Amino acid sequence: MRWGVIVFPGSCDDQDVYDCLKHVLKQPVEFLWHKDRLSRDIDCVVLPGGFSYGDYLRCGAMARFSPIMRGVVDFARRGGLVLGICNGFQILCEAGLLPGALTRNASLQFVCRQVHLRVEEIDTPFTCAAKKGQLLKLPVKHGEGCYYADPATLERLQKNRQILVRYVDGKGRPTAAANPNGSLENVAGVCNETRNVFGLMPHPEDACEKLLGSEDGAKIFSSIVAACGTRGKRAWVA
Amino acid sequence: MRVKIFVRFKEGVLDPQGKAVERSLHALGYEEVGDVRVGKYIELEVAAPSRQAAEKRAREMCDKLLANPVIEDYRFEIE
Repeated sequence: MRWGVIVFPGSCDDQDVYDCLKHVLKQPVEFLWHKDRLSRDIDCVVLPGGFSYGDYLRCGAMARFSPIMRGVVDFARRGGLVLGICNGFQILCEAGLLPGALTRNASLQFVCRQVHLRVEEIDTPFTCAAKKGQLLKLPVKHGEGCYYADPATLERLQKNRQILVRYVDGKGRPTAAANPNGSLENVAGVCNETRNVFGLMPHPEDACEKLLGSEDGAKIFSSIVAACGTRGKRAWVA
Repeated sequence: MRVKIFVRFKEGVLDPQGKAVERSLHALGYEEVGDVRVGKYIELEVAAPSRQAAEKRAREMCDKLLANPVIEDYRFEIE
């Protein structure tokens, strides 16, 4: 399979995702400039973290209109795998590919720390290599990661099991103290209804080496590799 | 024509900035203050043949980019 990492003006974790995929996980990966068209031979597109367009107006509000995003929307509609991390999650919400929105952290502080996530659902290409209820230790680093969706949307997310990861404490409990940003229901990441688009605030690419304090992030990437392997190239449609 | 656009969080959306400003105002002795909401104000010039045309364009701009309908409401004035 081939990975593509989009570079928006102001992306800053694009290099982290690229390095992690290429050097740690030994995956074929290329950068995709936001003004280019989406290459046809990509199996999974990653929208990385950072501060696209300086976070002006709202995080991700302008990046969603970058030329490449038209291709990303088509790719997602055809069942292609799209992963948004941090600012990438914000962009996917702004683009309407994921439900809800990310707003200013309840504390008004930028948070930069390790958190525990609980894997809530495993029947997705992004979590299929994990066990249900498994805890993953990943870092967060954001100022606007407070997940919001109106009550009807939240209910639909629960019903369709689209909340894939939640912030929990070391014992797996979704407490207020374990929630770094005030997200509703401790939501850390959600997928779309067809389960081929996933966004999360924590950074799996910064947790794939012992040196960085955790290798749990590899679960997300290895899930995607496994899903592409079993479903065949570009064939994942839930 | 000059368009003045006001964007604010919908009811029910957490506004921690508003809360922080409210606490500061209380600390300054303005204890009568409550329900502070911090929003955005955008001004722009639009070339349009009529007021109605300007309104239509402004509404489109708000729906597409200037406000996020998931979390924000907007209103505008045209001068």
